[in-house]
Amino acid sequence: MDFSSINPALLIASLMVSATPILLAAIGEAVAEKSGVLNLGVEGMMIVGAVVGFIIAVNTNAPLLGFICAAIVSGIFSMIFGILTQYLKSNQVATGLGLTLVGLGLSALLGRPYEGMKSPTLRALDIPFLGDIPVLGKMLFSHDLMIYFSVFLVAIVWWFLKFTHAGMVLRAVGENHDAAHALGYKVVRVRMLAIMFGGATSGLGGAYISLARVPQWTEGMTAGAGWIALAIVVFASWRPWRVLFGAYIFGGVTVLQLNLQAAGASIPVEYLSMSPYLITIIVLVIISSRGNQGAPASLGRPFHASS
Amino acid sequence: MIKKLLELDGIFKSYPGVIANSNISFDINVGEVHALLGENGAGKSTLVKIIYGLVKPDSGNLLLNGAPFKPGTPSEARKAGIAMVFQHFSLFEALSVAENISLGMDHPPNQKDLGEKIKSVSESYGLPLDPAKTVGALSVGERQRVEIIRCLLQNPKLLVMDEPTSVLTPQEVDILFKTLLKLRSEGTSILYISHKLEEIRKLCDTATILRLGKKVDTCTPKNTSTKKLAEMMVGSSIKAPKKINKPAGRILLKIENVCSLSKSQFGTPLTNIEFDLKQGEILGIGGVAGNGQDELFAVLSGEQISQKGSISFNESNITKFTPNQRREIGLLSAPEERLGHAAAPNMSLIENILITAEQSQDLVSRGFIDWKKSKAFAEKVIKEFDVRTPSSKNTAGSLSGGNLQKFVIGREILQNPTVFIVNQPTWGVDAAAASSIRQALLTLSESGAAILVISQDLDELLEISDRFAALNEGTLSQIEKTADLSFEQIGLMMGGAKDLEARNV
Repeated sequence: MDFSSINPALLIASLMVSATPILLAAIGEAVAEKSGVLNLGVEGMMIVGAVVGFIIAVNTNAPLLGFICAAIVSGIFSMIFGILTQYLKSNQVATGLGLTLVGLGLSALLGRPYEGMKSPTLRALDIPFLGDIPVLGKMLFSHDLMIYFSVFLVAIVWWFLKFTHAGMVLRAVGENHDAAHALGYKVVRVRMLAIMFGGATSGLGGAYISLARVPQWTEGMTAGAGWIALAIVVFASWRPWRVLFGAYIFGGVTVLQLNLQAAGASIPVEYLSMSPYLITIIVLVIISSRGNQGAPASLGRPFHASS
Repeated sequence: MIKKLLELDGIFKSYPGVIANSNISFDINVGEVHALLGENGAGKSTLVKIIYGLVKPDSGNLLLNGAPFKPGTPSEARKAGIAMVFQHFSLFEALSVAENISLGMDHPPNQKDLGEKIKSVSESYGLPLDPAKTVGALSVGERQRVEIIRCLLQNPKLLVMDEPTSVLTPQEVDILFKTLLKLRSEGTSILYISHKLEEIRKLCDTATILRLGKKVDTCTPKNTSTKKLAEMMVGSSIKAPKKINKPAGRILLKIENVCSLSKSQFGTPLTNIEFDLKQGEILGIGGVAGNGQDELFAVLSGEQISQKGSISFNESNITKFTPNQRREIGLLSAPEERLGHAAAPNMSLIENILITAEQSQDLVSRGFIDWKKSKAFAEKVIKEFDVRTPSSKNTAGSLSGGNLQKFVIGREILQNPTVFIVNQPTWGVDAAAASSIRQALLTLSESGAAILVISQDLDELLEISDRFAALNEGTLSQIEKTADLSFEQIGLMMGGAKDLEARNV
């Protein structure tokens, strides 16, 4: 076994790449869940974003436009879930699962002609000075736009939830929708916006897989990323920075086990492949085992305005 | 000169199958405390929701200061100067006091200014509050203060209070009344909803009485007797339960040094609870909600096993018995929450019989349900306890609160318990049903059963219990003979007003 082939700077750099899709999806889902909506359709919204982003980027040769369209289309796609659960009062769990199945099927159909093609990718940003720092520059400052955007998004969500009035209303709606309604807040509207935000960021996460991480289209290529995003939201106790932490642990272990496989570690490959899921969940369970879990009290409960 | 603040004229509102308000008209004057009196289901809540813009009336007009007033949303009502303290608090447990208050305002200042404002207003009305605390960690009385301060910060012209005293100790009630009288002297009108007659006679200038969606009368409560008010509210005279004094027998249930942690995050752990329960007596346990009532009930019914101490029944140790084992030996219980705890809402009354009476009535043999026998027992409960339901096949959830409560209590009483533990037997039940439930408890105790009643309704406990004790932050006070107690003493047993002192009022 040859551990010297594992380069820590490269490891951290590729960790961020591998964590970003999950981070994007999880931060959006965290916002939706904070408003009291449990959307199990993350996997479906991601893969729709992946295929739409890929199609647009290949046809226009503009990956950034691909990302934008992926966010818009996945946002609209999530509205299927929004309308069904918020206006027609369908069950959130069943509808979310349905959304995932629809997304997987729809993306397979749309992506068929693109099977095997290569997509244009985002250029790494050329950050002056910072990018030239030895080791650190390569580790942290030689990435593409989306990676920085995803971290920025976490900061924005944290700030929004903690410091703005709108963020407080969103938390209030997720905490006690009847009381929020009695005070005159528009529960359904707040939730629709939160669902749409979750859809848009999931779409970005999906597009990051098909445009940056593995720049090609394969059917079902999100391969469970949406599910791990959902788990991370719960184990991160719905806190934005913990979501980032959880996503990076997952990304880190994923990259590490790939490196170990390449280095010829004597552990069976099956154990290595399951390790990211196992370790992420164990670490986050330990963190969240103490004290307040912080689950929004109205999470997943249907809201019927009584008047 | 008397000026009218709000005039209601012919308010009519119907829901499918029910007329909630039928042509209700009355006026609220500037600077008066106006009581709205009525049983559950008399239409008080609907009327208040109309005033607060949550419900639109089918017909009828509201005039505010002589001008037509049609609030479409609560925020419009707030802008017009109407503020409301809800019966079931509209608070967010995971949010701080300041955040909760800011959510109820239309133009909240930033959190820091708001915090200071909360401090100054709350102290000037004698209701101190810490703006940074999380609401989930507050007592019920403090939570109500949050609601009141939220209203006061908007300088309302009309303050609507929906059953504000049901969760307070007598001392806290005094402080609340002082605050309300101070508001009145500043020219604020108060619409005060309650079914507690003594309070209304003490506080209110005018009372409007509703019954079954119609206005019965408007009167001056100070000049009207409690009995008269009750009759107007119920529509007939109520028979007060009769209590016979009898000597208590031997000890049936003995609780020694019981401690128990709470299951819920904001619950109260029990510390060193000790008492005994004798044959033929009713022991009343009072106290403000959230002081360990649910935990005490859980330990006695067997839902939770106490970590320390012992529970003995007829001199045999049953500390580690499960609820079913306790039922088998004759220790039955009826919890507070009717739907979801005492009864399964989507199951029929017959199926709900099976939940607790399966063993004592032999309703299951070799793993098969004896439906005939179950139905017969269900119908016996329905008949003897006057449960109004089309049939025993109806679901528990389709019954009104009072009827379901009669069913739940009746189900246990007809199994002839040796010891009966009941939590809030008449919570949210109308006066007639409440008095019949109390009578049933008295009759059961006369037949030799020992009964423990946990309740927040002091009048109820004084009426039926032989001995009284109060729970306060998980500890039990001295047990006193009910006949020797004054309201003042009871208040002190319940923990008085705690940190809440009337200052500068």
